[in-house]
Amino acid sequence: MITLEMQLDGASFETAGEASSRVKKVLQQIGVPGDVTRRVAIAAYEAEMNVIIHARRGIMTALIYPDRTELTVADEGPGIADISLAMQEGYSTAPDSVREMGFGAGMGLPNMARCSDEFDIETVIGEGTKIRMTIYHEKRP
Amino acid sequence: MTVSEIIAALPLTVITAPENPEQEVKGGYASDLLSNVMGQAGAGFLWVTMQGHQNIVAVASLLGLAGIILAGGAKPDEETIRKAGREKIALLTTELSTFEISGRLYQLGISGQC
Repeated sequence: MITLEMQLDGASFETAGEASSRVKKVLQQIGVPGDVTRRVAIAAYEAEMNVIIHARRGIMTALIYPDRTELTVADEGPGIADISLAMQEGYSTAPDSVREMGFGAGMGLPNMARCSDEFDIETVIGEGTKIRMTIYHEKRP
Repeated sequence: MTVSEIIAALPLTVITAPENPEQEVKGGYASDLLSNVMGQAGAGFLWVTMQGHQNIVAVASLLGLAGIILAGGAKPDEETIRKAGREKIALLTTELSTFEISGRLYQLGISGQC
């Protein structure tokens, strides 16, 4: 098993995507199929961006097993008031400044759910959010 | 069609060169919403957008896109150019609108489906 742990800083748009990119590169190096790597990359990037847009800081952990990748992104942030609302495409609480950059379209969580085989959110208002995603390396039929 | 054939056929300015100019372009997608692109654009697609900030490079790189076209005279930020150069992502600009450049790509046989 390979463990990657990366620090994420809120509002740090200049390094956004670097953590996800590291996970993607390792998966490519160990020969995980391209479409699976892509799903991990999308799921990781959306979770990474959520921390950068909404939270103060967070940690992305990727546990890479031969048959699956487990991604955990835990942040210190505002938490999610209504998860079912947040899961709806188009719902977003992102500020206008971030929306102008093309973020905050309300597709992050739905994208994560779609790309992962197992998906779980724990959130505490005023404390933070932890998202756990498992992606199996076997190609989807 | 390859990236270099498209560059030759359309009024595009090359800001940063593609890693492999002979890469086959598999399709196209046009959107200024990054998560929408993340969810919809396929590997090897060309992405038409007016967003010129640095985060477009990470999106293109993570998705394995064939390149980014900034339409409507949109200009990339300095940091975007640096990152695209480093990540070897083709960054192209055009004065044509998003609609117009997408139409021209479609005429060349680049569609929105894989």
